[in-house]
Amino acid sequence: MPKVTLSHFEAALLFSLCASLVLGVVTKRTDRERLKYGAYCFAWFVVVLFGLGWLMYLGHG
Amino acid sequence: MSSKPTKPKEPVPPLNVWGPAVALAWFVPGGGHFLLKRYGRAGLLLGAVLVMFLFGLMMRGEFLKPQAGDLLTIVMYYGGFVCNVLTGVPYMIAVWFGYAQPDMAGAVHDYGTKFLVTAGLLNVLAMVDAYEIAIGKKS
Repeated sequence: MPKVTLSHFEAALLFSLCASLVLGVVTKRTDRERLKYGAYCFAWFVVVLFGLGWLMYLGHG
Repeated sequence: MSSKPTKPKEPVPPLNVWGPAVALAWFVPGGGHFLLKRYGRAGLLLGAVLVMFLFGLMMRGEFLKPQAGDLLTIVMYYGGFVCNVLTGVPYMIAVWFGYAQPDMAGAVHDYGTKFLVTAGLLNVLAMVDAYEIAIGKKS
């Protein structure tokens, strides 16, 4: 098994993508709703990712 | 004192209706949906869980084993172990091939461990969805 080294951002983005995909697939009833909800979750993951990143950066001084 | 009228309990659907789908969903991510002829969703679930699991392995994440200690340690390690097992066949194959990464310091290994645990949790969501489809609660 090859070894992979991802940065924090890449790992968090991959995590968000997979989690959003599953959340979209399992929660809603129509394909359109699933797509919308998956994109919505992914967008929130990314927003929170950047928000926490900036918070940590600013909090670090 | 007035007693609130209680809603009648929904009867539990028979095991043979949902059992095979949920069992297959556990063993093979997306397998329950495949059995219930939801091929597109089955493929997406299989892809998402497998990608997460394989990246967890490639980042040299650790398979958590049950460990005694304080409450947080017990919850984390027992919970992590259960989540790993809930990934199904991918976990069994990895263990069978001798994957036994020790706990190492480093963000990448830590992410890998979380990826492995989350793959199991995502598979639980897929199992619940397969159950709801099997009993006719969802299409």
